[in-house]
Amino acid sequence: MAYENDMNLKATELRLGLPGTIDESQIKEPSFLKSNNKRSSGDMDNSANEDECSPVPKAQVVGWPPVRSYRKNVLQQQKKNFDSDVLGMYVKVSMDGAPYLRKIDIKVYKNYPDLLVALENMFKFSIGVYSEREGYNGSEYAPTYEDKDGDWMLVGDVPWDMFVNSCKRLRIMKGSEVKGLGCL
Amino acid sequence: MINYFPEEVLEHVFSFLTSHRDRNAVSLVCKSWYNVERFSRGKVFIGNCYAISPERLISRFPRVRSLTLKGKPHFADFNLVLHDWGGYVYPWIEAMAKGCTNLEELRLKRMLVSDASLELIAKSFPNFKSLVLVSCEGFTTDGLAAIASNCRFLRELDLQENEVEDPRGQWLSCFPDSCTSLASLNFACLKGEVNLAALERLVARCRNLKSLRLNHAVPPDVLQKILARAPQLVDLGAGSFVHDPESETYNKLKNVMQKCTSIRSLSGFLDVNARCLPAIYPICINLTSLNLSYAPGIYSKELVKLIRKCKKLQCLWILDTIGDKGLRVVASACKELQELRVFKSDPNDVGNAAITEEGLVAISAGCPNLNSLLYFCRQMTNTALITVAKNCPNFIRFRLCTLDPITPDAVTMQPLDNGFGAIVQSCKGLKRLSVSGLLTDQVFLYIGMYAEQLETLSIAFAGNSDKGMVYVLNGCKKLKKLEIRDSPFGNMALLADTGKYETMRSLWMSSCKVTFGACKSLAEKMPRLNVEIINEGDEMEGGSDDRQNVEKMYLYRTLVGPRKDAPDSVWTL
Repeated sequence: MAYENDMNLKATELRLGLPGTIDESQIKEPSFLKSNNKRSSGDMDNSANEDECSPVPKAQVVGWPPVRSYRKNVLQQQKKNFDSDVLGMYVKVSMDGAPYLRKIDIKVYKNYPDLLVALENMFKFSIGVYSEREGYNGSEYAPTYEDKDGDWMLVGDVPWDMFVNSCKRLRIMKGSEVKGLGCL
Repeated sequence: MINYFPEEVLEHVFSFLTSHRDRNAVSLVCKSWYNVERFSRGKVFIGNCYAISPERLISRFPRVRSLTLKGKPHFADFNLVLHDWGGYVYPWIEAMAKGCTNLEELRLKRMLVSDASLELIAKSFPNFKSLVLVSCEGFTTDGLAAIASNCRFLRELDLQENEVEDPRGQWLSCFPDSCTSLASLNFACLKGEVNLAALERLVARCRNLKSLRLNHAVPPDVLQKILARAPQLVDLGAGSFVHDPESETYNKLKNVMQKCTSIRSLSGFLDVNARCLPAIYPICINLTSLNLSYAPGIYSKELVKLIRKCKKLQCLWILDTIGDKGLRVVASACKELQELRVFKSDPNDVGNAAITEEGLVAISAGCPNLNSLLYFCRQMTNTALITVAKNCPNFIRFRLCTLDPITPDAVTMQPLDNGFGAIVQSCKGLKRLSVSGLLTDQVFLYIGMYAEQLETLSIAFAGNSDKGMVYVLNGCKKLKKLEIRDSPFGNMALLADTGKYETMRSLWMSSCKVTFGACKSLAEKMPRLNVEIINEGDEMEGGSDDRQNVEKMYLYRTLVGPRKDAPDSVWTL
C-alpha cells in the first residue's frame, strides 16, 4: 500500500484521539503543528500511554465537531430545561458559621414554609416568621438567595414559582447581618 | 438558422429553462441569445453576494423577480468567521427598491439582515410574495412585523435557523385581517411568545396554507385547534408537544391528527413528552419527510416505534440517540430513504456517541436509494465505507464527521483514505463531500482522480503535504467551493494553479501553512479575486511579516473588486 512507504504521519501528532486509538509505532515525523500557526487545541503532546486510563478530558477545538451555532444553542437550552425538569434543581446552601455547605433540591418543595422547615432541620436552627415589611426580623438567622442576576435577595418576597426559577444558591445569614435587610 | 427566429420565439423557448445553470449556458451562445435571455430572466441565484454588485445585477436582469443571495462563508456556521465579517443585505434591497420594484421573492442565506432592510422590503415591493431567511441574523420581530403588516400578497414567510431577537413579540398580530394569501409560514426558530389567538385566526382565514412550522411557544391545545382548522396542511412543524396523555387535549389532538391525511412532512417537537408520540402514529404512513433533530429527550425505543411506521420516508433528520440499533430499524422499515442526517444530541459531548460505522452500513444495505448523507459518528472503518460505496452508488452529498477529527480506521488503525477513495470512485454523481478522520495525501489523489462532478469539498485536519491540495485542484474540474482547515497545505499548493480560482466560487483556508507573502502575491497576480485575510486581533499589529502564516484566508472571484464594507479585522490584499 502506497501509504506505508510514505509515513508522513504528521497529522497523528494532534492528540485529540481517544487514548489508545492511535498505534504509537506509526508515529515518526514531528508535527506539522510546530509552526507559527495558532491552534485552539491545547493537547499536542505525545503522551500515548494512556490505554489503561479513563478518557482524558480533551481540549476543545474551535468549531469541531462542526455543528451550526444555532443548533448548538438550541440543544444547550433544551438540555438546561431538561436537566432542571427531570434532574431536579439542586442548589448549594451555605450557613454562616457552618464548616461545609449542603445541597438541596428546591423543586421538591411546594412552598416557602416547606423549604424553611427543611432548612431548619438540616442546619438545626430556627427562622422566625416572614413578614413582607420586616423580613425575618426577630430571628437569629434569615434565609437569603442569589438570583439569576447575581443579586442577594431575601427568601420569601417573590411568588414561589418565580423563586424556584431564579434561585441559584442559598445562604443562611446570621441575624446581626440581616438587620439591614429587614429594615428595607 | 437560429438567428431567424424572432425574439419572442426565443423567449418562449427559454421560458422552459428554469435552472440558472441552463440559463447561464444559453446566454453564452451569442449576443442575441444573451439579450433575449437577460430580459426574460426572472430568477437569479448569486452564490456569493460579493461576486457582483446589485447595480450590475439590475442592469443585466432588469426584470428579475426572484433573488437568492448567500453571504458568509460556510465555516461561519462553526464560529470560524467574525460576526461582523459582512454579508449585509441592505445595499441589495436599496438598489432593488430604486431599480427593480417588481421583486417578488427573496431568499437569503448567512446574511446580515437588519430590521431596516425588512422595513424597506415591506415598503418597496408591492408584489412581494416570498421571504426565506436561512441562518441569518441581525433582525428582530419588529422587522417581521413590518413584513406582516405591509406585504399584502405575502405567500411565504420561512425563517430557518435564524438568530432573532424578540423584544415585543407582537409581529403575528400584524397580519391584517385582509391577509389570506399565506401558503407557508415557518417561525420555529423564534424564541419568544406569540399571540396565539392571532395565530388561530390567521390559520383560519388562510385557506391555502400548506406549510406551517410553529415555535416552542405554541402549546398542544392550540396545535389541536389549528389542525382542526387546517386539515389541508402538507408540512407541519409542531411546537410544544408536552401534555398529559390522559388529558382531554391529548384525545382531541389524536382525533384531529387522524384527519390530517395530507401531511407529508413533519418536524419540530421542540419540547416533547415521548409518551404523547402515539398521537402522530396515524399520519406516519404518509410521511415522506421527518425531522426530529430538534426533539430532545426521545429515547431510542420510542424513536424506533415511530419510525417503524414511516414506511414511505424519503428524508430523515435524527439525533444520534437513535443509536446503531435504531438505524438498523430505519434500514428495515424505510426502504425509500434518500436523505439521512444524524446529528449530535450533545454538542459538547466529546466522547460517547452511540453511532458507529455499523449503523451506516446497515442503512446502506437497506436503503439503496440513499443519495444524501450527513453522519456524525464516533468511529468509522475503511471496510464500512467500501461497503457503503458498493451498496449506494448514487450519492450526491456525502458528509461524514467523526467526533475525533483524526481518528483512524477503528479496526485496522490505518487512515481512512481507501474508504473515501471507494466512495468517490463508486459515486460518479458525487457533488458534495466532507471528509473526516485520519487522512493522508492519498485520499486527495483519489478525489482528484475520481470525483469528476465534485463541486464542494470540506477538509479538516487532513493530508500531509501540498501534494494533497494540488491533487484536488488539478483533478476536480467542476470544483466550486473548497474549504480547508487545520491541514498542512502551504504556499506551493496555493500558488500551483492560480487560474483555477477564477473557475471556482471561493476558497477558504484556515490554520494551514500559507503565508502572508504568498497571499499577497496571489492577490497581485489575480485582480479578479478578492483575497481576504481575517485577523483575530493579536496578529499583525503594524506591518505584516511575509513569512508569517496566515490564520484565516478567504478568497473568491469577483467582478467588482474589493468590497468596501469589510470591518477593520478583515484585510483585502
